[in-house]
Amino acid sequence: MSNTIQVSVWRGAEEGEFQTFEVPRQPSQTVLDVITYIQRNIDPTLSYRFACRVGVCGSCAMTVNGRPRWTCRTHVDKVAGDGTLQVAPLRNLQVVKDLACEMTEFFDKMNRAEGKFHPTKTRDDDFDFIKPDDKKRKQASAGIECIGCGVCYAACDIVDWNKDYLGPAALNRAWTLVNDERDGGNDVRLAAVAGDAGCHACHSQQGCVEHCPKHLSPTHSIAGLKRETAKAALKGLLGGDD
Amino acid sequence: MASARVETKLWVWQRLSAAVLGLCVLIHLGMIIYAVQDGLSAAEIITRVSGNVLWFVFYAVFIVAVAVHAPIGVRTILNEMTNLSQKMTHMIMAVLCLIILVMGFRAIIGLYQAGASL
Repeated sequence: MSNTIQVSVWRGAEEGEFQTFEVPRQPSQTVLDVITYIQRNIDPTLSYRFACRVGVCGSCAMTVNGRPRWTCRTHVDKVAGDGTLQVAPLRNLQVVKDLACEMTEFFDKMNRAEGKFHPTKTRDDDFDFIKPDDKKRKQASAGIECIGCGVCYAACDIVDWNKDYLGPAALNRAWTLVNDERDGGNDVRLAAVAGDAGCHACHSQQGCVEHCPKHLSPTHSIAGLKRETAKAALKGLLGGDD
Repeated sequence: MASARVETKLWVWQRLSAAVLGLCVLIHLGMIIYAVQDGLSAAEIITRVSGNVLWFVFYAVFIVAVAVHAPIGVRTILNEMTNLSQKMTHMIMAVLCLIILVMGFRAIIGLYQAGASL
């Protein structure tokens, strides 16, 4: 193993170029460690985003050697066998500067997919009792661990060619709420996620499943939405003609 | 963008027709493998199919399923890969559906009647 690693880092915004840095190798070094080393020791103008450093917050996702990943949970040893690394901002998002992306559209799409809770009770009502082995509870649990890092969104080719597409994370969020017994917003939600900017645009290529650091399956959630929107359409619940 | 309702219903129609097609293709291929042992000839096909109401109904269902399934898929591809308007892609879908129906029924009606002229 060489004592240093050659790292190409994207500099600029939408327009820009890769700049190469030489960084000392350390045992158990993560890609985030490498980026932090560059920013603290070589070029303090390098912009990137991180918070927790341990795979909880989801803010340090970048494109590492062509694949979207959490840089904090990616060991250099695993991705830079030949001693070179290329780090770029996430795909499908506007670049603010260097490795930092504008996440507004990503989170706006969670709202557009009605990825918010529509309560049906007040604080004076009793709790809903939902068994852990309830079918809907299990389906919600399967997708609930998403932390909104944007890796699936960057991995999705449909987002790449259809800018209106809500994307895997927003649709997965909607699916967890469709299965929430306490939620009363499914009529608006199913109308919001149907159509060629919603679940029906998904080609089930499963780039999201392949890259999700939490090993979730947004494709599975989207398939569930396709079934539920189909039922809603047959009941005439998806709005009028157009 | 077409409405969520239209898009969802087209999706349902495409899935339903796919299910029918899956079955039809199996029967169609199974029959070819079973029946054609000495090479495929027009005469052999006509002897089997012509004047047979069951085969006529089977292929009629097959054609209708293709006429529903394929144009919806072509519309999706056109919407994704070209800048054509929704109105235009809907029109292409309808025309393609009509072409498949006319050509398909022309073929099976021809086959159904062919035995008589042999």
